[in-house]
Amino acid sequence: MKEPFENVVTQHGATVLRVCRALLALHDAEDAWSETFLSAMRAYPGLPETANVEAWLVTIARRKAIDLLRASGRNPVPVEMLPETAAEGGPDGRGAPGASGLLGDPAAPGGPDGDVWEAVGRLPDKQRQAITFRYLGGMPYEEISAILGGSVQAARRAAADGMKNLRRNYPGARTKGAAR
Amino acid sequence: MSDHRSDEDVLSLLSAPVDPETLARLHGRLERAAQSADLLDVAYRIVDSPVGSLLLAATPQGLVRVAYQCEDHDRVLQTLTDKISPRILRAPGRLDQAARELEEYFERRRTTFDLPLDHSLSHGFRKLVQSRLPTIEYGQTRSYGQVAELVGSPRAVRAVGSACATNPLPVVVPCHRVLRTDGTLGGYVGGLEAKTTLLSLEATA
Repeated sequence: MKEPFENVVTQHGATVLRVCRALLALHDAEDAWSETFLSAMRAYPGLPETANVEAWLVTIARRKAIDLLRASGRNPVPVEMLPETAAEGGPDGRGAPGASGLLGDPAAPGGPDGDVWEAVGRLPDKQRQAITFRYLGGMPYEEISAILGGSVQAARRAAADGMKNLRRNYPGARTKGAAR
Repeated sequence: MSDHRSDEDVLSLLSAPVDPETLARLHGRLERAAQSADLLDVAYRIVDSPVGSLLLAATPQGLVRVAYQCEDHDRVLQTLTDKISPRILRAPGRLDQAARELEEYFERRRTTFDLPLDHSLSHGFRKLVQSRLPTIEYGQTRSYGQVAELVGSPRAVRAVGSACATNPLPVVVPCHRVLRTDGTLGGYVGGLEAKTTLLSLEATA
């Protein structure tokens, strides 16, 4: 039995926003969230009742994120933002905020979880997406590899490498509460 | 082992709660976007009233449902999903006028409703009966038999009873003004207490 769309928004709104934040800068993330749910609402009556709604939403969110990046003429994978390079960019050792506008928008309010999103934003594209889909979207590696292209093994490795990079660049991951 | 714990720390940060205000703001934005894109098939809001909280739902055509709490609002929304469309959002804007008129009614400042109605949840004889109920004036009552005569089917007393019992727009379509011939209350979708409240509200106006 299909639920009212309102329930879809309440149940998955937060997850979709985390996914959008992991893929985009704070301001763009909200645009992507809105576009995602508007598209989803349009297609919702035709969605098979057996579908995994959250995975479906995450897939739409990823497409919207790419659209937004393309529209603003930015590359989704800025090479200069590889963690090794970025880590030396700032006086605090956590790197310059997103040079390409991907994340760390200077105008963006620094929320309590701002740092971790900045660190996620500095991951190489495949790693960032693999982590996003695996840990925020709850998707199996089979589906992730279908989205990213490449083998299931490669998707699994991208997530593991991403997690390793994140630990190295996000101090909060090492010592709880010492992040700031 | 320590690696594993670190993963959990990162993951708990990634899945930290999202600020409810942000989500509320994004929800409002979605309501407006869905409305302009003609995707908001059903909008609803919940209002407080002297007869408990009422769910109000509207299609682009008009008010389609008023539901008492005892009808179970979640179940009512599920029925709207199944019968009208799953494109449903809590979007108070579309219900502003209905909410205002109900408020005026409960404050005895309004005796008739001036709202576009969508009767698509009713069919046939029930729809006919329900469409005639607003002709019973504020503060007046009729018996089920009189209403049967009113719609030209004097023997269909029981059918009038079920038309009243299944009225999807209680309060606004005044099925509470229909009583048994002996003057006792009969039934009511919102419970007898609600029926009494409405009748005495209208009587003391």
